[in-house]
Amino acid sequence: MTKWLTSTALVLTMALPALAQDYTPDPNAKAGGAITVTYKDDVATLDPAIGYDWQNWSMIKSLFDGLMDYVPGTTTLRPGLAESYDISPDGLVYTFKLRAGVKFHNGREMTAEDVKYSLDRVTDPATQSPGAGFFGAIAGFEAAGTAGLSGVEVVDAATVKITLSRPDATFLHVMALNFASVVPKEAVDAAGPDFGKMPVGTGAFKLAEWTLGLRLVFEKNADYWRAGVPYLDQVVFEVGQEPVVALLRLQNGEVDVPGDGIPPAKFQEVMGDPAQAAQVVQGGQLHTGYITLNVTQPPFDKVEVRQAVNMAVNKERITQIINGRALPANQPLPPTMPGYAKDYAGYAYDVEAAKALMAKAGLADGFETDLYVMNTDPNPRIAQAIQQDLAAIGIKANIQSLAQANVIEAGGAGTAPMIWSGGMGWIADFPDPSNFYGPILGCAGAGEGGWNWSKFCDASLDAKAVEADSMYDPAKSPDRLALWAEVYAGVMEQAPWVPVFNEERYTMKSERMGGEDALYVDPVSIPVNYDYVFVK
Amino acid sequence: MAAYFLRRLIQSALILLGVSFITYVLLFVLPADPVRQIAGRAATAQTVENIRQQLGLDQPFLVQYGRYLANLVQGDLGRSYLQKTEVGDLITSRLPATLLLMLAGIAAELVLGLTMGIAAALMRGRFGDQVLMMTSFVTVSAPQFVVSLLMLYIFAVKLGWFPIGGYGTAAHLVLPAVTLGILGSGWYSRMMRSSMIEVLRADYIRTARAKGLGRARVVLRHALPNAVLPIIAMIGIDIGIFMGGIVVVESVFGWPGIGQLAWQAIQRVDIPIIMGVTLVSALAIVVGNLLADLIAPFIDPRIRLR
Repeated sequence: MTKWLTSTALVLTMALPALAQDYTPDPNAKAGGAITVTYKDDVATLDPAIGYDWQNWSMIKSLFDGLMDYVPGTTTLRPGLAESYDISPDGLVYTFKLRAGVKFHNGREMTAEDVKYSLDRVTDPATQSPGAGFFGAIAGFEAAGTAGLSGVEVVDAATVKITLSRPDATFLHVMALNFASVVPKEAVDAAGPDFGKMPVGTGAFKLAEWTLGLRLVFEKNADYWRAGVPYLDQVVFEVGQEPVVALLRLQNGEVDVPGDGIPPAKFQEVMGDPAQAAQVVQGGQLHTGYITLNVTQPPFDKVEVRQAVNMAVNKERITQIINGRALPANQPLPPTMPGYAKDYAGYAYDVEAAKALMAKAGLADGFETDLYVMNTDPNPRIAQAIQQDLAAIGIKANIQSLAQANVIEAGGAGTAPMIWSGGMGWIADFPDPSNFYGPILGCAGAGEGGWNWSKFCDASLDAKAVEADSMYDPAKSPDRLALWAEVYAGVMEQAPWVPVFNEERYTMKSERMGGEDALYVDPVSIPVNYDYVFVK
Repeated sequence: MAAYFLRRLIQSALILLGVSFITYVLLFVLPADPVRQIAGRAATAQTVENIRQQLGLDQPFLVQYGRYLANLVQGDLGRSYLQKTEVGDLITSRLPATLLLMLAGIAAELVLGLTMGIAAALMRGRFGDQVLMMTSFVTVSAPQFVVSLLMLYIFAVKLGWFPIGGYGTAAHLVLPAVTLGILGSGWYSRMMRSSMIEVLRADYIRTARAKGLGRARVVLRHALPNAVLPIIAMIGIDIGIFMGGIVVVESVFGWPGIGQLAWQAIQRVDIPIIMGVTLVSALAIVVGNLLADLIAPFIDPRIRLR
């Protein structure tokens, strides 16, 4: 115990910077009222271990809490159900002190047992969680099953100790993922596989009604442990609503937030009307759209060819195709992501230089290849623009326009020489540069079926990535980000991707909606942070 | 009659078996892996294999299909891969909405189509006939999505007569049903027109006229019941086409039917839902045809079911 106290004192300073920052509530915020949010697709599940759509992501955030959380509207970590935490000097042991008196929606008090149960559950292969892989650093992950994770220990009712098998600088972000939400065992057991339809959490809202295919109603959790929030009494989600119809209903005063955004066909009309444009909040998002070049398939095994393709693609023109709803990209990380290299120039659009590189690779006459693309607008149009750009340097790209699942399959199997990522592009799970590497550019994702569609695998870059992620000390964060910038510079030198653009987010809201703009383009709660917005 | 019914029932079961087999084969050979969709992008190869085993997707085709059938005969459609919910529950919660819209849509189709067809037949060769037949041509070829949106825009947004999409009251039903009616009325009006023209030429109509019966009585009492016969059989066939159109109309009007469910499932390769919806749709078509055949003798005593 003494030893534990000493180590606590030693590392408490590390935890302080994160604890120091928090959210300043809006002085104009008013409690009460209900809002209506629409979606085209029905909500698949509200089980935090299963839900992985951008649509249910923010809903789950409002129903559940994890040990860690983010300051609303930012990418800054803050403690959630944990009141405080400390990290052992070797970065392997995280001890979380839980808040007292936090109650689940069923009235029972949340304890350390629930935290352990929830982490055991999400990593148990029987749960089939798409997020299980995020917890790979916890000791005993490989043997996870009904017996639970050996690395997660209940010290007492208010203390959980998590031991890692390797230092992981992103671990606190992982604990803020929906997958790490704390759930009550008795409710999961009672509902069985239907827990996703009858969720019970500790969140700001509880599920009051769910009529399949029609609507979900979230009701304010009056006993919520964060004082003062949520402001809204109710959030009504109406599903099965075409984005165009949702927009008409918003203009008619029936809808407050069209969850699927402004339909592309209506974008210019909305933005061209000052009254409507004033209701739109614009912000960045942790997204990059890219073309993957399969480095295992000739001639893309030649770095000159990949660099030539990078120079041949006119990114400005492609952003125009989507009405300027994006900014041209020159590196894998989006500008809002920590670690983004502002000074990196990238490959400028230069057809002549591209041709010269093609000639250097012995391919002055060009070659024929396939460009895979998801078949929903605007992706085929973007693929056509890429096709034209490539034709200018002699590459004849045949467009393979397929359903999303088929493109993912071709990418995973490594049969696609080029893929435009649109509609499947990477949106970060958490705001950390490592999230853009491992599965999509690292060796781990390059195997059969992985999401690294370039099949790019550079052992020295992988080693650098591991080194960066072992720098768990928050004080070393700037060094760590610099190391990550080096990794991405190394990736770009070998050019397995053509980063094309970073999509901007445009959230439209009704006039009566209040709360600062950042809440409507929250990088973590997409589209809206329901806990903090209010009705004027 | 009983023997006929039994034979048709066995036939129907065989058709459904065939549909299930073909759909299962298509989903099996599809170059898209449902396990990838479940496992998500952060999954390790180990996780993917685990899920594949748990769902039995590592088994040979015939084993998978056999298991599916074995559950199916017990009334178990399985659980959705992604929603983890019983497919039976998902379908039964949405089926009433689809059936309601289907009935209302077919009613609208018949009222519009038959009226147009009769009117055209009576005005045969004249300007009115040409206008009506041109209209039917336009409605049959009009894109469903555009017509649906146009109806919504004019009657809900601009005129405000009906709610802008949604479900719940009779007012919500009017626009989608009328839209389906307009889109499908063309077939019926053309069919009804030719059927009516033929009947109006018949001897018994001339006799009826010769007896001095009024025009309305001749048309409604003597011509219509005979002219409508081929239309009854057509409704059975139409249900199949209707299931296609309903997907689009449901999606524009936010109607919570099985069309929406199917569309989402196809995007994500959620095989149990795709199978369930396909089977239920096939069942609707089979039952529709059966009913049309069973009703026919009641309307025309000359028809005998054997």
